Amino acid sequence: MTETHRMISPEDAVYMDNNATTRLAPEVLAAMMPYLQDYYGNPSSMHRFGGQLGRVMAEARQKVATLLGAASEEIVFTSCGTESDSTAILSALQSFPEKRHIVTTRVEHPAVKNLCENLDSLTGHKHRLTRLPVAADGTLDLQKYEESLSDDTAIVSVMWANNETGVIFPIAEMARMARERGILFHTDAVQAVGKIPINLQDIAIDFLSLSGHKLHGPKGIGVLFVRRGTPFVPYLVGGHQEKGRRGGTENVAAIVGLGRACELAAEKMAEENTRVKALRDRLEEGLLASIPHSMLNGHKQDRLPNTTNVSFEFVEGEAILLHMDQYNICASSGSACTSGSLEPSHVLRAMGVPFTAAHGSIRYSLSIYNTEAEIDFVLEKMPPIIAGLREMSPFWKADA
Amino acid sequence: MWEYTNKVQQHFLHPKNVGEIDNPDGTGDVGSLACGDALKLTFKLDDKGVIADAKFKTFGCASAIASSSVLTEMIIGMTLDEAAKVTNEDIADRLGGLPKEKMHCSVMGREALEAAIANYRGLKLPMAEGEVVCECFGVTDLEVIRAIQESNLRSVEEITNFTKAGGGCGKCLDRLREILVATTHQGSGLVQIVDKNKRPQRMTTLQKIKKIEEALEREIRPGLRKDGGDIELVDVDGDFVLVSLRGACTSCTKSRTTLKEFVEKKLRELVLDSLIVEEAK
Ligand SMILES: Cc1ncc(COP(=O)(O)O)c(C=O)c1O
Repeated sequence: MTETHRMISPEDAVYMDNNATTRLAPEVLAAMMPYLQDYYGNPSSMHRFGGQLGRVMAEARQKVATLLGAASEEIVFTSCGTESDSTAILSALQSFPEKRHIVTTRVEHPAVKNLCENLDSLTGHKHRLTRLPVAADGTLDLQKYEESLSDDTAIVSVMWANNETGVIFPIAEMARMARERGILFHTDAVQAVGKIPINLQDIAIDFLSLSGHKLHGPKGIGVLFVRRGTPFVPYLVGGHQEKGRRGGTENVAAIVGLGRACELAAEKMAEENTRVKALRDRLEEGLLASIPHSMLNGHKQDRLPNTTNVSFEFVEGEAILLHMDQYNICASSGSACTSGSLEPSHVLRAMGVPFTAAHGSIRYSLSIYNTEAEIDFVLEKMPPIIAGLREMSPFWKADA
Repeated sequence: MWEYTNKVQQHFLHPKNVGEIDNPDGTGDVGSLACGDALKLTFKLDDKGVIADAKFKTFGCASAIASSSVLTEMIIGMTLDEAAKVTNEDIADRLGGLPKEKMHCSVMGREALEAAIANYRGLKLPMAEGEVVCECFGVTDLEVIRAIQESNLRSVEEITNFTKAGGGCGKCLDRLREILVATTHQGSGLVQIVDKNKRPQRMTTLQKIKKIEEALEREIRPGLRKDGGDIELVDVDGDFVLVSLRGACTSCTKSRTTLKEFVEKKLRELVLDSLIVEEAK
């Protein structure tokens, strides 16, 4: 905030905003350091000092591929999840210029949503967009999905897990339905990778996006998985890097970091789905029990292990977050005021969450670095924050 | 993250005068849950007609709560006539300023105050009687016109920041642009001095000018020159682009059509679809 520029130290932060970004794992930083400090060469160079980095990158690529159950030549490094999303969708449209239909959902991240909504001006063609609705618990209707697929469909782009609610879509089944009709399938798996097991060997996905900073890797690195044999048109055209699939000198340190992060994610996958999940459940149950007029947004089971999105009725999200901020508790909200727009989150609106609740939604997203003590702390601080704001709210009736 | 002043933070974290006065002399209820903010203001007068006490209840973000709190502080001790003169700018100023996207919070404060005074005087608010322009947030044309005039708004985006109108489905954006044009024409003309702090959000004025110049050079001048005309960029003010037509165009009876149908259309297409092209006088 202005006027006071004191930094909030990482030791003080009670960080429960891991769907926004994650802490760089110390092991990842250690793996990156040599390539930030000493080995600054360009992998494309003819001399060994630069050229030797090609081997280093190959190792990292293999680690990413292993986490996904992919082959290393199917891994294309990009700058972020957003770039991966754009690359996949625009590639499919250019590969099938005669097809003008795209299937996606109402709850995609802006990286896919805003791209799909602006395709006409980007490509100079008119496109037909099917945005699949979701039920009140954030899940998709597979029959509606199947009915939407047509000969004119160039690509399906459906996220694996939702960043706001953590709700997981049945990607394997959806990809199979697209494959049966010869339609390319892209999934934005930015929130899923590292949190739930993924094995692309068994799944008919053609493109998958992930982002380093969501799995304790560095910012500024992403991956687009492109299945072998999938038609591909690059988005960044330039040098021959990434076998001509993505121009631009490689971000070697970040690539090495991402490789290490993927290795760690595989090691911690069990912990994420047991200890972290238990912390999440305790937080969620505690909040719902101690705060009246609070409710869970999203399907209780089909959900990422680290995410809970809870609405506190009759109070507004930004105000809640700023009170939490007084205790250095970090989370997010789907309220209008925090999104910078005037309407609450498109995800909650698509789920039909009533306005009384949508404006007061808070997303807590945990990681392996969270502790029991932090959950206790949040469970202690939240009820008085909500009660205090309700006291001030013209809609709150104490006996309601 | 919003850049809030210390004053906003103070009033948000430690609001003054929270609550509701029993048997108030005036009550103002504005906003709604659906809109994302709402404010109920109550006041009591002493026997000299001075506001002796004022309390608020607010649902909304930090700036809504801070605006309400500072408003009650401001009006306690004022006569009703004095209070009636409080503007949203006064509220924002007392807070050391608000982010421009949050100006509607100060507007909500002013509206609640007005509603409370009208309630005391047994009057109906003229504002509410206008025609609803923005269905999403229930904003009337009179409210929009007033915001344009009082805060010297120069673009549809600024109207949204101040009144919320146009911030939902976006269906009323064209209508807002019409109101903006009509209202600023009635005023003291277009080439008015404007608050230089009020910059459009997505493009800086400099970026805008550069893009407009490029578009004029590449796409628009060639067409006009064919007919022996030319065009000069005179000024860019919010969404208003002031140009002067030269040569054959000036005498051309169709110059207004050229301006609107050709120049404005092209600039909206190439630069920003909210631009309004007018001829500099
Ligand atoms: C589901 C999803 N997709 C895409 C992105 C964008 O990723 P990046 O920040 O790497 O561009 C995010 C990050 O917020 C996300 O949650």
